[in-house]
Amino acid sequence: MAKLTIATEICKGCGLCADVCPKKLLALSHDINSKGYHPIAITDQEKCIGCAFCARMCPDAVIKVEK
Amino acid sequence: MAVVYEKTKMLTDKPLHYCPGCTHGIIHRLVAEAIDELGVQDKAIGVAPVGCAVFAYDYFNCDMMEAAHGRAPAVATGCKRVNPNNVVFTYQGDGDLASIGAAEITHAATRGENITVIFVNNAIYGMTGGQMAPTTLPGQVTTTSPYGRDPNHCGYPIRVSEMLATLDGPAYIARVSVHDVKHIMEAKKAIKKAFQMQIEGKGFALVEVLSSCPTNWGMTPQEALKWLQENMIPQYPLGVKKEVE
Repeated sequence: MAKLTIATEICKGCGLCADVCPKKLLALSHDINSKGYHPIAITDQEKCIGCAFCARMCPDAVIKVEK
Repeated sequence: MAVVYEKTKMLTDKPLHYCPGCTHGIIHRLVAEAIDELGVQDKAIGVAPVGCAVFAYDYFNCDMMEAAHGRAPAVATGCKRVNPNNVVFTYQGDGDLASIGAAEITHAATRGENITVIFVNNAIYGMTGGQMAPTTLPGQVTTTSPYGRDPNHCGYPIRVSEMLATLDGPAYIARVSVHDVKHIMEAKKAIKKAFQMQIEGKGFALVEVLSSCPTNWGMTPQEALKWLQENMIPQYPLGVKKEVE
């Protein structure tokens, strides 16, 4: 199982990471960060394969991937 | 657990000011990773442009300078000539490089200055509110071409990479895109190569990166990347335009 660490405070909720996730595990959260954006969140950590496509696509370097 | 991917230390911790979904952030990261992987962080000197990327000096964790609009290649020329052992790069948008800075980039290229230029082409003036740029596509709607760019009236877009590749001076010129992960990986290779050319003393290297501007194109980040792929790539074909051995 891979582990994603998401820096929710700097995420701008553009959702580009969600589009490139091969397992479609990312979705915008219902929470709101201090800048007023809905940050991205992982829906099922168990299914993450650690490909890091999301991290490579993220314009704000929000995601750290460990495996 | 081993780290598969994390933010490079070549980027500072300051949050980027770019709009949500703007690919400037991706290109910043690729440049930073290339410098980090080549191990030249202590020798790197960047020159920031005027435009959306004007605050690039806050984001790269190396020595940075700010140039007047379009003059980054001239500033980089001076910087490299007095510090030949440093790795000098400019980071410029299309309004900065292709319009007001057209003279500086052309002459830096034809002199074969040993610098690396990262040219971000999003076919519009982003910072000033979405006006028509030299790179705006025929038919593209901007605030100064509300009925779409009419080439009979406004001329045709400039293909900077092809134009500079006709010169004898440049050592490496390539056009890449960042609309999906595969192309991001290819863009990273080209940017790394452009820095490698400078480190080996081969001369002027420029990488044109096709980028999106969701805010001024009036699209979602997803629609903007699709528009880039379907409209910009036919106008600006990807690939290496010039490479000396």
